[in-house]
This record gives sequence, C-alpha cells and structure tokens, in this order.
Amino acid sequence: MKHSDKDVKIKGASDMPEMPASLGSMAHNKTASWRNLKPVIDESKCIKCFICWKFCPDAAIDFIDENTSPKINYDYCKGCGICAHECPVKCIDMVEEER
Amino acid sequence: MKKVILGDHAVSYGALLSRVQTIAAYPITPQTLIVERLSEMTANGELDAIFTKVESEHSAMASTVGSSAAGARAFTATSAQGLALMHEMLHWAAGARLPIVMANVNRAMAPGWTIWTDQNDSLSARDVGWMQVYCQNNQEVLDSIILGYKVSEQVDLPTMVILDAFVLSHTAEGVDIPDIKKVDEFLPPYKPEIKMDINDPRSFGALTSPDVYMEFRYKMQQAMDKAKKVIVEEGKKFGEMFGREYGLIEEYKTEDADTILIASATVASTARAVIDELREKGEKVGLVRIRVFRPFPTEEIIKVLEGRKKVVVIDRNISFGKTGIFFDEVKGAFYNSKGNKPPMFGYIAGLGGRDVTPKVIREIVEDALNKDKPESEIIWKGVKL
Repeated sequence: MKHSDKDVKIKGASDMPEMPASLGSMAHNKTASWRNLKPVIDESKCIKCFICWKFCPDAAIDFIDENTSPKINYDYCKGCGICAHECPVKCIDMVEEER
Repeated sequence: MKKVILGDHAVSYGALLSRVQTIAAYPITPQTLIVERLSEMTANGELDAIFTKVESEHSAMASTVGSSAAGARAFTATSAQGLALMHEMLHWAAGARLPIVMANVNRAMAPGWTIWTDQNDSLSARDVGWMQVYCQNNQEVLDSIILGYKVSEQVDLPTMVILDAFVLSHTAEGVDIPDIKKVDEFLPPYKPEIKMDINDPRSFGALTSPDVYMEFRYKMQQAMDKAKKVIVEEGKKFGEMFGREYGLIEEYKTEDADTILIASATVASTARAVIDELREKGEKVGLVRIRVFRPFPTEEIIKVLEGRKKVVVIDRNISFGKTGIFFDEVKGAFYNSKGNKPPMFGYIAGLGGRDVTPKVIREIVEDALNKDKPESEIIWKGVKL
C-alpha cells in the first residue's frame, strides 16, 4: 500500500494490511463538503468556557489556549449545530453556506 | 503440577498461564466461575492484568476488542444468551483481525429458560469468522486456551474455546497445570504489527468501500486456511513440550472400521467407551471426534470417511428447518469426494442438557447398524412423543 497526502493506492489483497486500518486517509478526505449550515463564533461574546469544544462530535473545534476562543476547523465541521445548541451565551450562529 | 479442578477453573488457569493482560467480563451461569477465579487471581497479584466489570456481554466483547486493538493479550468468557448479546462484536473482533481468545460454556438457548448444555449458542456464531474448538475434557480446555493464543496470534483471527455446561464446567477432573516458564517458552508475548498507538495514529475499521471490502473478506478466508496448518503444527509442538498433542480431528479405532461415528465435545469422550464395548462384540466401529469446527477439517473428514460402509453423526444441536449442524457440515464436506458415498445417519440427542449416556450412544450406533439407510434426514434420539 502506498500512502501520500493525496490518496491511498491499493492494487489488491496482497497489497493490503490484514486489518481494515487506514493510514490517515482523513488527511485528504475533507468531510466539510457535507455542510449546509456553518457555525460562526462571535468572539466578542465568547466566554471561553470550551463547552463547544467538548461537545463537538467530530473533534472539529480546535483548542488554542485558555485565553483564546476556540477555532472551528471548517475542513471537517459537518455543520451539525451541536456547538451552537450547547453554547451557554449563544455566541455561535449557524449561517447558511454559500455555494 | 496435577490438580483436581473444575472445567471453568481450567479455563482460568489457561488464561493465567497465557499471561492475559485484560479481562472484561459479565457473569452468566455456567461461565461465572471462570471470571470469578480470574478476578481473584488479578486481585491477589497472581496475574498482572486489568480486570474490568462491564454492564453487558456486548460491552465485554467491545472492551476486549478495544484492548486487543491496543496491543494487549485480551480474554473474556461467556455462555448462551451472553454470546448472543455480543454477536455484533464477534463480527467486529474477527473483521478487525484481533487474536482474542474467549471461552464459551455451551449452554442451551432460551426460551424455555435453561442453563444446561447444548451447542446451539456457539453454532449460532458459526459464520462470524472465529475459530471454534470443542473440548472433551478439562485438560484439553486448559491446553486449548494456551494453544488458542498461539494460533490466533499467527493468523490474526480470534478463537472460541468451547466446553460443555456442567458436564465439564462444574465437573472436577485431574488436570496437569504446566509450569508457567515452560508456557512462556511456548507462547511468547503478543507483539502485533499494527496497533492503536497515539504516536502513530490510524483509524480502525473505518468506512470500507466496495472497492476493498471483498478483499478483506478474502484475506479472512485465507487466514482460516492457514489456521488449519498452524493448528496442526502448534498442536504437535505442544505435544512435544507438554506430552499432549492436539489436531483438527481425533480418530479412535478407525483403522479397520466399517462404521464411523462422528461426535464432538464430551459426547465424543463418552463415545470412546461405547466403541470399546461394540468392538468387544465384534462390531467394526470407530470414532472421529471433530475438535476444530472452524476452520472446518474438510480434507481430514474426506480422508477418514472414504471407503467406509456407514457414517453416524450425533448432534447436540439443530439448525431448525434443516438438520443437525455437524451432520450437515460433514455431509457437505464429503459431497465432492471421490468414490462411493456411504449412507450417513444424523441423530439429534441431548438437547438442553439431557444426558447423552453410553446407553444412548450405543442405541444410536446399533440403530444405524441395523438399517441399510436412514429413514429421514433427522433421527431424533430419545424425544418423548
């Protein structure tokens, strides 16, 4: 099996590991294309409680440090809206994607 | 060291001697004694393992899958409804190619609620990709746990070591408990090529497209084929080291036999006494015990059955709407063989723990000896009409 940042090329069974374990295909498989609504944090209202970071089911919210608002990773956020729902000060807006 | 121990405790000792590192289990009769003893062993420091009490058998296997994927030698044990509840995770363990060893105490499925032995629980898990070893005595139970890890870790498939409820699980027999240093020589520590590692992150069992899924299944079948060789090789090596050899099948007085009786588990060990009795009366009968049911010993069965006059199979199980399961598999294995095909008699006996005594087995063999061919695909032995 050959692995690059772009793609995983497999010839056949002889070329595959025994276990269906991937070598980091998520590096190129950016799942954000599924998103219809995009969460946007209003940093002026954010109290840096990091509840959104804890609740994100895709680990698509990055923790920077305790004094900085978390950053949404738009390459992987699927727009489920759990962060906006859980935010205690309602500083996350779900904004329609422009395509 | 020889000890008189229960079949369940033979499993516990097998796990101890294999130096298992994780045990996740949920109690169910008649399996409970296995993990009870293992919890004592971990508590008193005899065994250096993490013992996790879980809330169900599904979680027991899920946890075992997790620890095995992280590189631990993982163990659990269950029975009947518990095995059924972990069914989804059985597929996971095999598909993820994890060398887990689990003991299953054969207990009939409810309803009607029951705790006594029959094989329908483990045979319902026939097609999940686990190897299945049916044991005939407590010594074989202990040895098969150690052998299970030795084989599983070479072919990357899990092993289910199976023992009859009560007839073995709660019956005390003399068992040789090998020296752990000698077992260490036979079974080195588990070192997987791929494991969960935070310094080398991967995703396990992630979405697998039609492009490659079939290839993974092909590889599982290849591993089963390889396992047939490895089981025999390791069984021989085990014999050289410990004086007890194991294979896929075991033959008893088959050499000149016209009639072959096929049985498994403790029914087979009882049947040996019946073969001796019938031999004394001049009947040319022999016994084949199927020890390993998956991978199925197709070639070995063909080789031993070719040229015989009659074949008799006893099943302590049933596939509803078909026949006894061992009977079905033996018949299927034999179909493509060369030469004459002897009539095959399939008897169902001992369901739900009804005793299969020497008398029952003798009557079954005599019934077959007195007939040219079976009157039906299933012959019920001892059912009250």
